[in-house]
Amino acid sequence: MTTVDTAVRARRSVPARIAARLGGGAMRLFLIVVGLFWLTPTVGLLLSSLRDKTDIAGSGWWKVFAHPAQLTTDSYSNLFHNDTVMRSLLTTALITVPATVLVILIGALAGYAFAWLDFPGRDWWFMAVVGLLVVPVQVALIPVAKLFDKLGIFESTPGVVLFHTAFGLPFAVFLLRNFFAEIPRELLEAARLDGAGELRLFTRVVLPLGGPAIASLGIFQFLWVWNDMLIALIFADSGHPPITVALQQQVRQFGDNIDILASGAFLSMVVPLAVFFAFQRQFVSGVMAGAVK
Amino acid sequence: MSTATAGGAAAPAPAPPPKKSRSVLGTRPWVAACFLLPALALLGALVVYPIGYSVYRSLFDASGNGFVGVDNYHEVFTDERIRTALKNNVIWVIVAPSVATALGLIFAVLTERVRWGTAFKLVVFMPMAISMLAAGIIFRLVYEQNPDRGVANAVWVGIHDTFTAPAPFPGAHPVNDKLLTASGGAFTTRSVVKAGTPVALPLVGVKPEDLGGAKDAIPARGVAGKVTGTVWMDFTRGGGGTPGMIDAGEKALGGVKVEAVKDGTTVASATTEADGTFTLPASADGARLRLPAANFASHYNGIDWLGPSLVTPSIIGAYVWMWAGFAMVLIAAGLASVPRELLEAARVDGANEWQVFRRVTVPLLAPVLVVVLITLMINVLKIFDLVYIIAPGASLDKANVLALQLYQSSFGTDVNQGVGSAIAVFLLVLVLPVMLVNIRRMRKERQR
Repeated sequence: MTTVDTAVRARRSVPARIAARLGGGAMRLFLIVVGLFWLTPTVGLLLSSLRDKTDIAGSGWWKVFAHPAQLTTDSYSNLFHNDTVMRSLLTTALITVPATVLVILIGALAGYAFAWLDFPGRDWWFMAVVGLLVVPVQVALIPVAKLFDKLGIFESTPGVVLFHTAFGLPFAVFLLRNFFAEIPRELLEAARLDGAGELRLFTRVVLPLGGPAIASLGIFQFLWVWNDMLIALIFADSGHPPITVALQQQVRQFGDNIDILASGAFLSMVVPLAVFFAFQRQFVSGVMAGAVK
Repeated sequence: MSTATAGGAAAPAPAPPPKKSRSVLGTRPWVAACFLLPALALLGALVVYPIGYSVYRSLFDASGNGFVGVDNYHEVFTDERIRTALKNNVIWVIVAPSVATALGLIFAVLTERVRWGTAFKLVVFMPMAISMLAAGIIFRLVYEQNPDRGVANAVWVGIHDTFTAPAPFPGAHPVNDKLLTASGGAFTTRSVVKAGTPVALPLVGVKPEDLGGAKDAIPARGVAGKVTGTVWMDFTRGGGGTPGMIDAGEKALGGVKVEAVKDGTTVASATTEADGTFTLPASADGARLRLPAANFASHYNGIDWLGPSLVTPSIIGAYVWMWAGFAMVLIAAGLASVPRELLEAARVDGANEWQVFRRVTVPLLAPVLVVVLITLMINVLKIFDLVYIIAPGASLDKANVLALQLYQSSFGTDVNQGVGSAIAVFLLVLVLPVMLVNIRRMRKERQR
């Protein structure tokens, strides 16, 4: 037995190790090439946004490596003086923040009820909500447009916020219910014995303990709403659109407005990228929980 | 986050087992109703009611007054534009998720063994944080046709020109057809050549940038038993010079291929030197000389990425760029829970890395892979922004997808909300199986 084992190991060791070393080198090279490949498009946008309009029209962004003097922040200073674009960023924020806060708040209330309150048919209600996870937003576009029109909130910020909140809710309820259900029963009972009412229990015990799940949900929803174009295209005020729609209107004239497009697109990416880099772990958790959405 | 991330990708995450009477000491039902009301009201009004309305609306015509039964659904499957959208959606749903998942699997497995794997993952995962609009603009730049501006074509033309030498003098041609006749881009001498008598092959129309650093042309010397000659740019800067004669200062065209042709077959060939001269063996005697088209072909201009035939694959490329990171992160989480001992045992048994990957890792990851694939399929089914942004107006119809057609039918160029609703219902029907699977999994978790 021992001899066979040694023989096997000896046979594997020398050539196998060389192969492993070589394979390791090739693998690293491959990953580096792929990594550069993945970065290139974004770098291209960034460098394009840092060049003059005529330079962009005349040659590729990679030429700045040979002519660093071409780098300029003109596009950005023009952009900062462009009221339409600046206003659209504000509109995006005015949509994103309420839509995120509302989904957390309403989702947490319902999640708590599904996890800890008794009412008839609780499990059936919860399953119905889980079923709504995969409903495509497309199904609601026409009906909700008509509904909002009747309510007088079609093409307005509150309408967009409500739409995003509603479609964020199934995931929010699902995620938060499952997280809240893990809270130790004793904690809640102790608080109840101290005389806490239902609302107090919710705000003082459940919400603080739900922090991690709420963070994941918040980041997920924030990015989702910030990056949305379709719903904004239909439901936002076309006179004061959010940044995605403002830029989309520019894309139709793709070409001589490349300076606005490149810098505007990059500016619109700054906030989600900052959120992404700051809260990677929560984002990943949210994505994982959100698979099949 | 224990619940949400437990088991990595097992989504929906397993619900904790139910406890008997969860309520914290006798809540009255109306309290529960207060907690639920906002959520249920919003879901009811903006998600559930619209489903019913869409089904109802899809049975009526464009005006909304005439009942048409299933005609709108019939149109979805017969209308030329919507059929293109359907066909493209099928391509999308098959290609995009599988490519993204395959890449995610490869990246997840490889980054596990590299110390800077996290940095790599960050780079690949990052595009998920940005909007499809921004990604669309990014790829409009990448796919620009002009290889001087679009990086995709710059790289592609670079590779192409490495393997196929570019034509030395695109666009060059004889001044008239006295000496040379044109056919199919090639130029052939009118008369046959004789050994020992130098041949003059004057051309014009050479682009100045192709002449950079060219030597002055010199007349070829006659060599007994050989066919010699000169190819040059028959043009004197600033005027003067005799057409057909090699005047002082006129530039040589080096690197031009010259063929001797007898009865349609090439008997000999040569390439001009830097001074424009060439020498052909005696076998060329009595042949006609031909300057093949390859000398003058216009520069290769790359691929028309966003043209009608390639636009969908190109946009799928942009999608994979955005979503491969999603697949990678989910698969990496699944990989982290694969027991190391199993892999080690396989290696000790003499399996090589490929066999370990193929026979152990992939089967163990199968549940995760299925979840990733299904998630991406649902996502791809509704693809809209990327197509709307990347496809140029001329290719938009060729790149059409269901969600885009739905938008156009509902709010865009060709409004018929009956058809729009039918497409919406069709999309919903396609995701119904996933909805049922989710609910069933939920129920199983609760009964355990």
